[in-house]
Parts: sequence; structure tokens; C-alpha cells
Amino acid sequence: MSRPKLAVWKFASCDGCQLTLLNCEDELIPLAGEVEIAYFPEATRAVVEGPYDLSLVEGSITTPGDLERIEQVRRASRRLVTIGACATAGGIQALRDFADVDEFRSIVYAHPEYVETLGQSTPVAAHVPVDFELRGCPIDRGQLLEVLSAEIQGRAPRIPRHSVCFECKRRGTVCVTVAHGTPCLGPVTQAGCGALCPAYERGCYGCFGPQDTPNTASIAARLRRDGMAEDEVLRVFRTFNAGAEAFRRESVRHEAGAGVGRGRKGEP
Amino acid sequence: MEPRVIDTAGVQALVDALLARGYTVVGPTVRSGAIVNAPITSVEQLPRGWGDDQEAGRYRLRGRGDDALFGFASGAQSAKPVFFPTEEVLWRGRRTPDGFTVEAEDLQDDRRDDQPGADAPYALLGVRSCDLAAIGIQDTVLTGRRPDAAYAARRAAAFVVAVTCSDPGGTCFCVSTGTGPRPGPGRGAPYDLALTELLEPGAHRFLVEVTSDRGAEVLGDIGSTSATAADLEAADGVADRAARRMGRELETDGLKELLYAAAESPVWDDVATRCLACANCTAVCPTCFCTDVEDVTDLTGSLAGRNRVWDSCFDADFSLLHGGRVRASTGSRYRQWMTHKLAAWIDQFGMSGCVGCGRCITWCPAAIDITHEAAVLRREAAEQEALP
Repeated sequence: MSRPKLAVWKFASCDGCQLTLLNCEDELIPLAGEVEIAYFPEATRAVVEGPYDLSLVEGSITTPGDLERIEQVRRASRRLVTIGACATAGGIQALRDFADVDEFRSIVYAHPEYVETLGQSTPVAAHVPVDFELRGCPIDRGQLLEVLSAEIQGRAPRIPRHSVCFECKRRGTVCVTVAHGTPCLGPVTQAGCGALCPAYERGCYGCFGPQDTPNTASIAARLRRDGMAEDEVLRVFRTFNAGAEAFRRESVRHEAGAGVGRGRKGEP
Repeated sequence: MEPRVIDTAGVQALVDALLARGYTVVGPTVRSGAIVNAPITSVEQLPRGWGDDQEAGRYRLRGRGDDALFGFASGAQSAKPVFFPTEEVLWRGRRTPDGFTVEAEDLQDDRRDDQPGADAPYALLGVRSCDLAAIGIQDTVLTGRRPDAAYAARRAAAFVVAVTCSDPGGTCFCVSTGTGPRPGPGRGAPYDLALTELLEPGAHRFLVEVTSDRGAEVLGDIGSTSATAADLEAADGVADRAARRMGRELETDGLKELLYAAAESPVWDDVATRCLACANCTAVCPTCFCTDVEDVTDLTGSLAGRNRVWDSCFDADFSLLHGGRVRASTGSRYRQWMTHKLAAWIDQFGMSGCVGCGRCITWCPAAIDITHEAAVLRREAAEQEALP
């Protein structure tokens, strides 16, 4: 039996999730034994033509070219797994969704007319069917290996969708919100990082996006009680997963209190 | 055996005697702004002079200005993770040229270094009465009809030094649940020794009550003096004062019937507006015992295994069956947890699942208070009854 062909694609992203794959040092050799690494420009120039059995897609869709290319990738892939906050939620660049892209373009580029870009940064699943979404900014190495193992063996990956609090308690971390009053998005954020930040007495930044049942209004009330201003609450929901629906909705809820929003664009 | 008295040096001698007998001594210590359980070797690692302020959703350490070693309320965790680890390997399987092998032995202490006590047997120092009751409940649950061998082995090997709670927290209600504040033989899990800290200036000492032969043996290793009538009276005073300082109250009369009748109450929807479904309450609850088993494989499929990990009824996938989730809404999950804890548990195991430690209240980021919600349900039921 020939090895399944693996392809790794990049859209609008920082390459950090692809790097997570390259960082699987001990597992890369066994991985290369299980799959044929057919297309992975970040690792090798050698290209094996498609179709591919498994495509990992990093990055969000931000240009008209992306729209065409993601269709091609989908057509060339038997299974398509998106990796990282960009591919699953639009990434940090989805901040454009809350502002005027034409205005950005006119300020940033000398010749904005050469830059073709879309008004929004969207996840891959908004455009083509996706078989599995692996969250995180960046993705977790252990979770990536679990997804790859599952794909190779034809089983469902074991990626919990519950809160980061599960992981804090499992590793014996003292709750930073309750014991220190530190703002933390852990209760509304999906596990996967191993509760890294709270283990160093920092609050969770929400890198893995909303958990399965996110009560963002309740955590926002807690953040306010712990001393955050409305604009700060808005900002904590507008980071790497700003475009994830639950976080997007909660941030919009705080626009009025923060004195910002689409209605006031153009002000400094 | 008659009660004895030791001083702080005597507590160190007790720790030394337990270490000499091969125990990993797990006791309270300050870490990351809270009192946690961890392996200790010295009295200096105990939270000397630390108390705590606890309210719904809030925990802060507070300097007491004295030398008390046990002058605080429930710590961040009970003894639960010691006997019932958050992750446990059940078996590992390996592919071989002609089939496969399964290893289930010698895997049980494959645990993280940062978890309390990497090596059994454990001696637990300073177990509160509420937590003793909780261990008793877990013993019933985990060694009952389908005994958990690894848990049972850890429990049987363990030495327990209980302590009278002198300073209950703002979220404590063990008087309501009948589980404290003073350890008593026959109430909760058995223990070997019970300490009551007597903080008289110039005479900082501990009354030691002996409740097992093993306890008498260990105490025999260290110097102690006979307890006087004044010592006994002082210890009674510590417990009496603690009992009068409960931060919370839970009316338990008819609570089971109340909860069963409240299945359709609007209270659950109200709780759901605040509940984060984060599962902190179940993780800190000393009696919650739900787990998941996860099957793992490596990339090559030559190694497979099954792990048992803590789970929670607040996880959406906890109730995932073919066709969907039985408890999709957060309100239904809180209802499940509270109704099981305070009502169905009684039918299932012959006792309530709540010991009044208050951790679910303190460590809830949304400050949800089970005693308050129970009172609201009771008031609502009374109002319903008063309707013509």
C-alpha cells in the first residue's frame, strides 16, 4: 500500500502553525514513514503533484486570489484539515472586519490601487467544506500529532472542545481569576494549549477561540468587576480569534461603552 | 489511647516519623497565592501565619499575625487529586510481529511531577473534617460495586492526619451538612491521628487524638505529653467557635424532594445566564468523580493506550450520545450537577454528595453559590405552594 500524500498550504498567516509541524522533531521521521510529504514549500521545494489524501491548510482568506486557490486546494484534497486561528477564525487580520479596509489600504500603501484585498478576513470553512478544524494561535504540537495520527489511522481525532479551566485544574494550577483577580479568558476559551499562561500566573488570551458553550457575557461581567474598562473588555475579545462568532459578538456588545465602532470610523 | 499533646517541634517529628516509614507526606503549603497540597518534608513548608478570605468567586491569602500552622479554611484542592489522580494510565498496548501485547501493571504512578505526591504510599497531613467526609464518599463510590483497584490500593496504604478546622471561610457550611468542623470517628473516612491546634501565646501546642493502632505506633515514635483537662477543654473551644462561624448555611431538610420537584424551575435558566460551563466547580468538588476514558495511539499505530481523565457534567460532550447531546443547554448541566450532588446522590449512594467545604462557591469565576440557589429554589417552592 502506498503512503497517503500530505500537502501543507499557506494562505494569510504568519507560518507559525506550519512551524509547529516542523517543530515535531522527534516525530518527523516516523511521520515521513507514514505519509508522503508531497507539498510543503516551507520545508521542501520538491513538489509531488496532487491529488492529495490529506491537506493541512494554514491561513485565512483575504484576497480574490485566495478565493480561487482555496477552491483548487479543496478539489485536490480528499481530506482537508485547517490549522490555526487564521484558518479557523480569520486570525488577527480579521480585525479588518471591524474597520474600513479601503482606508487602511490608502494609508499603508503608496499605490493602494495595486493591492487587491477583500473587505473581510474569513476562515477557510466559510468558503469550502472542511473536514476538521484544529484551533490555536499557534496550534499545539501534541494536538497536531493527535490529528495527524487520527487521519492516518482513519479515526476521529480526540480534541476536546471544553474550557481551558479543565486543563488548569488537571495540572494543579491555582485559578488566577479567583485567587489573584487577574483577567482571564480561560472559562470561555477552548482547551488545547495545556493552560500555558495561567501556569505562569497570566490570564488566558483566548488563543484557541471560544469553547463549546461560551458564556462571554458572564465572563465580560467578571472582567468589568475586576476593574477592566469597556474598551479593554472589547480589546480582549479582539485578538487572534476576533472573527470567531462568540468573541466577535461579545466585542461588538462593548462598542458603545468603549466609544468605538464602525459608526465612528475615521476618527483618530 | 488517651489524647496526647505535641508542640510545633512535635509536628516536625511527626513528619519525620512518617517519612522514615516510607510515606510521601502531602500537606498544605502556600503556592501561587493560595494554600495547596504538595509533598512536604518540613514544618517550615506549612502555611505558618497564613489565613484566607473566601467569598463567592474570590480567594485571598491573609496574614494572621500569629504562628498558626492550620489557621485557614479549605485549600484550593481537597485530597481528591492524591487518591484519584486527574490523569491515570489504564493500559498500554504494543503491536508485535504476531499480534499485540498489553501492559497494565506498573503504570499507575506514571504521573506528573507537579501533582501532589508522585509516589505512594501517601501520608496526608492536615485533612479537614469536610474533606474526610469527602474521602469517605469517594470510598463508597469508587470501591463499591465496581471497585477501582488503583484507588483502593492508594487509600488502603494511606496514613491520614486529620485536623480540626479552627477558621472556617466565608463559603463554608459543614455544620449544615453535618460533616464538621471537628473530625469524629465514624464520620467520613477513617483517620489515624487528629490534631487540634491550640494557639495560646507561649503555649502553641496541638492536641493529638489517636484513632488507629497505626496512629498510636507513629505517635509512639515521637515525644508527646499527656493531655490535661485544660487541653481537652481548649480543643473543644476551638471546634465550638469554628462551628459558630460558618460563612454559609444550607437547609438540608427535604432538599432531595425539593430538587426533584424543581426540574422545570426557571431558576436553571437564571443560573445559566451566569454559569460559564467551565467546570471549575466539579474539578474542585472533593466528591465529584466523573471521568472520561481517552484512547490514544502514536503516529505509526504501533503503540495504543487508554487513559482515564477527569471529566465534568459541564462539558457539552459529557452527555454526547448517538444523535446528539442530552444536555445541550448550560441550565440543564447545572441542574444535573446540583440535583445529582444534593438529591440523586442520596438515592444512589445513601448519602448526600455535598460536604459543605464551599470550594464550588469560592472557585466559581462567576460567583455562583449552591447554597443561594438552593435557598432560591426553596423560596420559589414556598411561593408556589402559597398560591391559591
